[in-house]
Amino acid sequence: MQDTAYFQRKARNALTYALLIIFLIAAIMPFIGIFLTAFKTTSELIDGPFALPETWRWENFTNAWEGAQFGRYFRSSVIVVVPVVVIATLLSTMSGYAFGMIRFWGDNVLLLLIVLGLMVPSEAVIIPLWQVMGSLGLRNTYWALILPQVALSFAFGTFWMRAHFKGMPRELVDAAVVDGCNTWQVLWRVLFPLSRPALLSLVVLLFMWTWNEFFLVLVMVTGDLRTLPVGLALLRGRYAADVPVMAAAATIVSLPVIVLYVFFQRHFIRGMVSGAIKE
Amino acid sequence: MKKSFWKRRFDNPPYIRPHHAYLFILPGLIIYAMFVLWPIINTARYSLYDWTGFSDPTFIGFDNYRELWHDEDFWLALQHNAFFVLFFSILPIMLGLFLTSLMTRGRLRGMAIFRSGLFIPQVMSSVVVGIIWRWLFAYDGPINEFLIMVGLESWVRPWLGDFTYARYAVGTVGLWVQYGLCMVLFIAGAQAINEDLYDAARVAGANAWQEFRHVTLPGLNQQILVAFVLTFIAALRVFDLVFVLTRSGGPGKETIVTSILIYQQAFQRNRAGYGSAMALVLSVIIITVSAVVMRLQARQEEGPAI
Repeated sequence: MQDTAYFQRKARNALTYALLIIFLIAAIMPFIGIFLTAFKTTSELIDGPFALPETWRWENFTNAWEGAQFGRYFRSSVIVVVPVVVIATLLSTMSGYAFGMIRFWGDNVLLLLIVLGLMVPSEAVIIPLWQVMGSLGLRNTYWALILPQVALSFAFGTFWMRAHFKGMPRELVDAAVVDGCNTWQVLWRVLFPLSRPALLSLVVLLFMWTWNEFFLVLVMVTGDLRTLPVGLALLRGRYAADVPVMAAAATIVSLPVIVLYVFFQRHFIRGMVSGAIKE
Repeated sequence: MKKSFWKRRFDNPPYIRPHHAYLFILPGLIIYAMFVLWPIINTARYSLYDWTGFSDPTFIGFDNYRELWHDEDFWLALQHNAFFVLFFSILPIMLGLFLTSLMTRGRLRGMAIFRSGLFIPQVMSSVVVGIIWRWLFAYDGPINEFLIMVGLESWVRPWLGDFTYARYAVGTVGLWVQYGLCMVLFIAGAQAINEDLYDAARVAGANAWQEFRHVTLPGLNQQILVAFVLTFIAALRVFDLVFVLTRSGGPGKETIVTSILIYQQAFQRNRAGYGSAMALVLSVIIITVSAVVMRLQARQEEGPAI
């Protein structure tokens, strides 16, 4: 009797692993295919996406970077992402602290207004934004990408940091106050250094969302100001038909996020499944 | 749970001055108000105007909405969004539940690897995802090659250009992107289910289905709701994937979705007022459904834990 049960359990585990491995392969194979293709010649494509390249050709990356201008798109991406992540993180740390640690008149209403920003699709703001940026003379500048994304990131950031600060022990604040800190110093000298994990999660999530942002960039800017995803989607002409160069470009677009993900997976997953509604 | 207004004010330790809170919130709130709140209000306002985006707007009351009601393209786009709810939301949740139920029977090693791997499509740029799948679905791409290899030549077709199957092809990509998210959510939820409940079920002689039905599923209520909200929003908002996969809704209008229509109306056909009306309807649908589901979630939280 016991043997049968044991055998059944083993068989079931094996079946489970087999299924999981199939789905794991389905999830990551396409990216491996793209990566390998990025190092091939066009004539090697016939061997299928998962054949190893005969020699690892870096020319595809040079062509994508210079010929197809992905170097410039990369520059735009960095110019936009860095200020968005830094400013949004600082501003939402401050407001998250206020919402999480202080009770004040109107706090629930204000919080509700900010949570609204987690739910509205960018379609709901894009037309007036386009109009406003036009009248401010900011359309087709990096400001048109940075300011709205700081605002949208602020909504998630506030929500995230509020939850974090709510969970921090009050005694920390009490002790700091006894030592003579004021409200401002309590945040930056005491709580901020202790908030590394929550801040790290916030930073990697904001980085990913801003790096991958498509719609806003598509609408607001043209030419060299485009960031990597839009540059890739709108690539036309000679290089668009060159599969290995396209694969190299796609690798350039995804690599920064992949590298971050490899190091901080738990932060990504925790942030995205924590129930906060943002996409 | 709720405390009275005065009681809540009293909660602050004596050294905290409540009005300091406004100073901490203000810098972010100003930017947020300018670039999120004010635009939302303006979208609602513009939707009542006939406006090209350049000219002087003319007030036309609810004419945009009247036109919307009779706009076949809009209804078609909404239908496609609803179709994508099946692929972005319902199927990934079912698949996620299935895989999770397998994993809750017995302890397995190496779950962290599966979790991290299955989540990768979620963090990737949807443009890259779209380009990869455009190649996979290409006429001479790997999927058709595979079909030829296993002797199904008659199934070979340019998937994304096929009038019948393009929608299913786009949906498949959505399923591929979303099931990892659902699974990760459900695994996290299942780990929080009391082990004793499984033991009790086994002692009572429950089979795999009964165990799933009476222990795993009720324990995952919260996670299913969260997964539904996240994936439902993704299905209604889908833009990048369609933009890349079928070059904005082709063949014909077979994969056109609401956000693509909004983009075309507002930025290609210079009908900013009409586009605003569409955007508002879409937002109202999204916010209503999210709010209702989150309400459900909140209500469950108050109830007894399992």
